[in-house]
Amino acid sequence: MTQTFDQTFDKDIAEKAQAIIARYPQSRSALLPMLHLVQSVQGYVSQDGIRFCAAQLDLSEAEVSAVATFYTMYKRRPCGEHLVSVCTNTLCAALGGDAIYATLKDHLKVGHEETAGEPGEPGSITLEHAECLAACDLGPVLQVNYEFYDNQTPEKALELVKALQEGEKPAPTRGAPLTDFKQAELQLAGFFEGRDADLDGPSAAEETLRGATIAAERGWTAPSTPDNAEFPPLPEKK
Amino acid sequence: MVSPLTPVLTKRWTEPRSWTIETYERTDGYTALRKALTAHPDQLIQQCKDSGLRGRGGAGFPTGMKWGFIPQGDGKPHYLVINADEGEPGTCKDIPLMMADPHSLIEGVIITSYAIRANFAAIYVRGEVLHCIRRLNAAVKEAYAKGYLGKDILGSGFDLDVVIHAGAGAYICGEETALLDSLEGKRGQPRLKPPFPATAGLYAAPTVVNNVETIASVPFIVNGGADWFREMGRERSPGPKIFSLSGHVTNPGQYEAPMGTTLRELLDMAGGMKDGIPIKFWTPGGSSTPLFTAEHLDVPLDFEGCAEAGSMLGTTALQIFNETVSVPWAVMKWTEFYKHESCGKCTPCREGTYWLVQILQRMVRGEGTAGDIDTLLDVCDNILGRSFCALGDGAVSPITSGIKYFKDEFLALCDQNSKALAGASA
Repeated sequence: MTQTFDQTFDKDIAEKAQAIIARYPQSRSALLPMLHLVQSVQGYVSQDGIRFCAAQLDLSEAEVSAVATFYTMYKRRPCGEHLVSVCTNTLCAALGGDAIYATLKDHLKVGHEETAGEPGEPGSITLEHAECLAACDLGPVLQVNYEFYDNQTPEKALELVKALQEGEKPAPTRGAPLTDFKQAELQLAGFFEGRDADLDGPSAAEETLRGATIAAERGWTAPSTPDNAEFPPLPEKK
Repeated sequence: MVSPLTPVLTKRWTEPRSWTIETYERTDGYTALRKALTAHPDQLIQQCKDSGLRGRGGAGFPTGMKWGFIPQGDGKPHYLVINADEGEPGTCKDIPLMMADPHSLIEGVIITSYAIRANFAAIYVRGEVLHCIRRLNAAVKEAYAKGYLGKDILGSGFDLDVVIHAGAGAYICGEETALLDSLEGKRGQPRLKPPFPATAGLYAAPTVVNNVETIASVPFIVNGGADWFREMGRERSPGPKIFSLSGHVTNPGQYEAPMGTTLRELLDMAGGMKDGIPIKFWTPGGSSTPLFTAEHLDVPLDFEGCAEAGSMLGTTALQIFNETVSVPWAVMKWTEFYKHESCGKCTPCREGTYWLVQILQRMVRGEGTAGDIDTLLDVCDNILGRSFCALGDGAVSPITSGIKYFKDEFLALCDQNSKALAGASA
């Protein structure tokens, strides 16, 4: 089905939805990326967005809703220009993550998954506390539109959020130049056209390389590999 | 004598622009694929068995054996699915691997798919790591352009398509059958096993689900051989392992060392405890593995060593907490996490984590009662082993181990309350 759903989800978006379906052996696998695509249009998963996915995939709205409401990253209310996610899982919390979240909450005068400012407008920010973001050696961490800002403090985080509110886009510690929530969602749906430069940035954080760096300094290596390691003989069929 | 650190997977990470195919090919990248394609697929499965490689996602299942479970000649499509949904608290090894060296994973995917006769592979990455997803996508594109993916790979007659699939924020999707449901476009809820994915996985077809670090090890085993791999680590847990040190240490980070290395040795390399404040408790492999204490610094960190000492190797996510951190508070925070991430399918886990959080929050507020510890343990007993997947089992680990080693801290919270109550009634 390649119909244009309505004004919100135009021909381009419908084509993208079909391109997602084409990636998979079975069409329904396209649903998660398609919901990211929906968020790239509206900044959240609206009822229209659910209808759009249902129509593209020949599913019922109930089937799509059941999925959309299961996953944390699908937002049921319009997001701000930026989504700020603060890790408050145990380790980050012990290192200052709870204090960072409290500071931002006070400053923005919002709670979890609430937006300061008019959603979608420049400088608007949706705040959330997040579970472990898999950057524990760099904790406490936060993300803006899923780009990492490592080794944060309440002061640094507050400065970052104030800059975002003023329309600035401070560079993440690791990641691409900051855009906004909707553009991040388009990439999560698997569309990267014209954004090759986004790949740049450091290979890894200094912390990531610590073991490899120490090993190089001290001359520690894995055992050397044999010149031509042979494969085992073909096992006999039982 | 093997070095204290053995960079294999992490070696290439220090190269400039390490994520590009130019860097990868310059540093022996895709040589293992060329070699693997000269072998019979069953030889690759045998080599993986011989190497003793065990799954790096937490469970430690022998990888070659898992591949061997795929029925051959069954006329069905086979699938390889990479579990890159890294989210176990403390775990931070796969994301840096994919960010710094995505091609090592992709080369491993191609070799593994050839071995198990799969023509479609999916890398399921958690959605919150956009930069990682970008680099994986770019790497796949580069691999197609060079003929390492697509039709008739390097003239071998073998075809493979790879898709990078971004998740949407659900810890439970790290459980392999929940991941498969999620990849099928459904709510990520675990399936009852059996049938196991090897016979009924993605789209009910035979499927191998492996962790990122496991599959990224495969090209090195193909090039180095099983005996070389076994030079590192211990008899039943061979090979190098990425240990992720986080928390109150001077130099947190990724340290790739032979299996069986101890935390004492790793801490020494990491500059010791931060500000010299002594260690109080730590997790050997994420929050789902029972806590260890200062008494466990010399436990060999491999599958057997951790199990013998009453915990699990898990994902070698060494979260280190010093004396300033309250154990009941830490346990409460982890329990809040499990409650949030419980998928709701099984009653013991869904309801149990809900009540555990209520009790722990009350205790941490100083409103605990003397019976709370018994209630906690009773609820834990009713969760452990009573749900489809291991999330509930993981949820009780911090609580039962926390109470086992630090019961006085929990008692003190009840004690405070009983004293206050006594004061109020006087």
